[in-house]
Amino acid sequence: MGQITLKAVRKSFGEVHVIPGVDLEIADGEFVVFVGPSGCGKSTLLRLIAGLEDTSAGQIMIDGKDATALPPARRGLAMVFQSYALYPHMTVRKNIAFPLKMAGLSEAEQAKKVDAAAAVLNLTAYLDRRPGQLSGGQRQRVAIGRAIVREPSAFLFDEPLSNLDAALRVTMRQEISELHQTLKTTMIYVTHDQVEAMTMADKIVVLNAGRIEQVGSPLDLYRAPDNLFVAGFIGSPKMNFIEGAEAARHKAHTIGIRPEHIGVGSGNWEGTVLLSEHLGSDSFIKVDVDGIGIINVRAGGELGIHHGNRIRLAPDADKIHRFDQAGKAIR
Amino acid sequence: MSTKSSRLAARLMLSPSVVLLLIWMIVPLVLTLWFSFRRYNLMYPDRQGFNDFGNYTRFVMSSDFGLAVLNTLILVGAVLVITVVLGILIALLIERPMWGQGVVRILVISPFFIMPPVAALIWKNMFFNPTNGLFGEAAKYLGLPPFDFLGQAPLASIILIVSWQWLPFATLILLTALQSLSGEELEAAEMDGAPPVSRFFYIILPHLARSITVVVLIQTIFLLGVFGEILVTTQGGPGSASTTLPYLIFKEISLDKDVGTAAAGGVVAVILANIVAIFLMRAVGKNLDA
Repeated sequence: MGQITLKAVRKSFGEVHVIPGVDLEIADGEFVVFVGPSGCGKSTLLRLIAGLEDTSAGQIMIDGKDATALPPARRGLAMVFQSYALYPHMTVRKNIAFPLKMAGLSEAEQAKKVDAAAAVLNLTAYLDRRPGQLSGGQRQRVAIGRAIVREPSAFLFDEPLSNLDAALRVTMRQEISELHQTLKTTMIYVTHDQVEAMTMADKIVVLNAGRIEQVGSPLDLYRAPDNLFVAGFIGSPKMNFIEGAEAARHKAHTIGIRPEHIGVGSGNWEGTVLLSEHLGSDSFIKVDVDGIGIINVRAGGELGIHHGNRIRLAPDADKIHRFDQAGKAIR
Repeated sequence: MSTKSSRLAARLMLSPSVVLLLIWMIVPLVLTLWFSFRRYNLMYPDRQGFNDFGNYTRFVMSSDFGLAVLNTLILVGAVLVITVVLGILIALLIERPMWGQGVVRILVISPFFIMPPVAALIWKNMFFNPTNGLFGEAAKYLGLPPFDFLGQAPLASIILIVSWQWLPFATLILLTALQSLSGEELEAAEMDGAPPVSRFFYIILPHLARSITVVVLIQTIFLLGVFGEILVTTQGGPGSASTTLPYLIFKEISLDKDVGTAAAGGVVAVILANIVAIFLMRAVGKNLDA
C-alpha cells in the first residue's frame, strides 16, 4: 500500500509562504514526479510528506490514515537524498542494515534482507567496502538499497541523480524505472530536469512558486499544457511563444508552437538563420522570422542550412497552442 | 608537480629553518641529559663530576615519586574524561540555533583566554576559600559546614580548575566537528527509524571520533605539564597529596637546589610522557587515518 493524499497542505517559514496550499492525490503504485524550477518548493513538499518538516496547515494522509503529526520513522516511507546521506564510517552492509537494526530485527534476518537487496542492486561485491571507496553510481545504489530493505509503502527521491555525470544519469534513470516495475511501490521523485520527469513519470506534478500548475501524464502535459508556465517548462527544446499580430490572427494573446512542430522548406513564415546546430540525428535552427521574432526549430538531421541563409517555415496549424492574457490555455 | 631541481631548491630553502629547529630542540635536551649524570647541587658547588645513575635512582627512589606519577596520570585522565564528555554535551547544546548564539559561544570559550595562574587564583580565593569563597557562602546558606576544598580534596580541586580551563578548547574543536556533520545524514537516520539516542551513538559520535582523538592527544601533551595551577593553589600539598611529576621536579630544584636530580627527573618525565603517548596512539591513533 502506498496511497498518499495531501489536503490543503501549507508551509510557511516565518513570513515566507513557501507552499501556499497544495491538494494532491497519489495512487498506490504510481510513479509521481514533482518537477519545477529551483526554489519552487518541490523539495519542501517532499520533506513535508517525509515528515522532516512540519506542515503549517493542512493534512497529509498515508493509506487513509492521518500522518500529519507522525514522526518520519512511523510514516513507513523511505527516502533517497540528493547527497545520498550514507553513513561514512559504516560498511555498505551496515549502511543497508541500519534501518533493520533500528527496527530491532535479528542479525540473521538482517543479513538475509541485505543480501537480497544487494543482489537486486548488483552490490554483493561491495558489501564490505565503505561509502568513500565507491563510485557515485554505486553510492546511489547503496542509498536505494537502504531504502528498499525497509519495504516502505512509498519511496521518496530528492533529486537523486543530480550529482552524477550525464551518461550515468541515463543508466540510473533506467535502473530506477526498472526498480519501480519490479517493486510496484509508490515512488515520489523530485527533479528540476524535465527530461527525467518525462521519461520516468506515470504522473507529473508541475510546481511553480509553491503552487501546482498542472498534474497529468507526461504526454498530457506535452499535448495540452494548461498554461504558459507548463508549456514552457515541459518539452526540450523549449516551446516558442509569439505575441502581437501573429497571435491576434489566432484570436489569442500568446500562441505557442513547439520547435518540432515547424516544417522547414516551404510555408508562409520567412526568416534569416541566426544559428544552426547539427547534432546528426537532429538540427536545432534559430531563425529570425520577419515580423514575428526569433523562432527555434527542430528539423531533421543532415540538413544543409547555415548561418545567414533565408529559409521558409511552416508551423503545423493543429499543434499551435493558444493562451489568453492571463497565460491560461484557450481550448 | 616538481622537477628534480625544484625539489633540491625546496630542500635548500627549507634547511635553515629545519637546522635551527633541530638545534633549538637538541641543545636543551643534551644539556639536560648532561646535567642528569653529574653531581650538580647549588648548595654544594664543590661537589662535581659524574655520579653515573645516582641522580636517577635518587629521583625514582624518593618517597613521593610513585605518588607523583599516579597523581599525574589521575589528573590527565580525569581532565580528559571531563572535558571530552562535557565538551560534547555543551557543543551539542550550543550548536542548536538560538537567540544570542554568538554571545553564548564567546562566553563558553572565554575561560581559555585566562592565564592558568590567574584562573587558579580566582578559583582558590573566590570559590574554594572556606571562609570567603562563594562555595563556602553557599554551604553556609544551606546550613552546611563549609568544605575546605584545597585542604580536603586537593587533587580533585585542581582537576576541577584544569578542567574548567580546558573545557572551552574541547568544546570549540568538537563544535566545529559537529557543524561539519551533514544534516541529510541525520535526517536519513531519522527516516531509518533511529531515535535521538541511537542517532547520537551511531551517527554523531563516530563522526566526532577524529576530533575527539585530536582533543585527547593535544590536551595530554599540555596536561602532563600542568604546573602553575598547583604552584598557586596547593603547592603540591597537603603533604604530597597533589604533587605531580612536574611539581616534584620543581621541588628538587627549588627546595633542594639539586640541578642534577631535577634534570634526571626531567628525563624520566620525558620517558613517561612517551610511554603515555605510545599507549594513546595505540588506543585512539587509528581514528586519525582517513
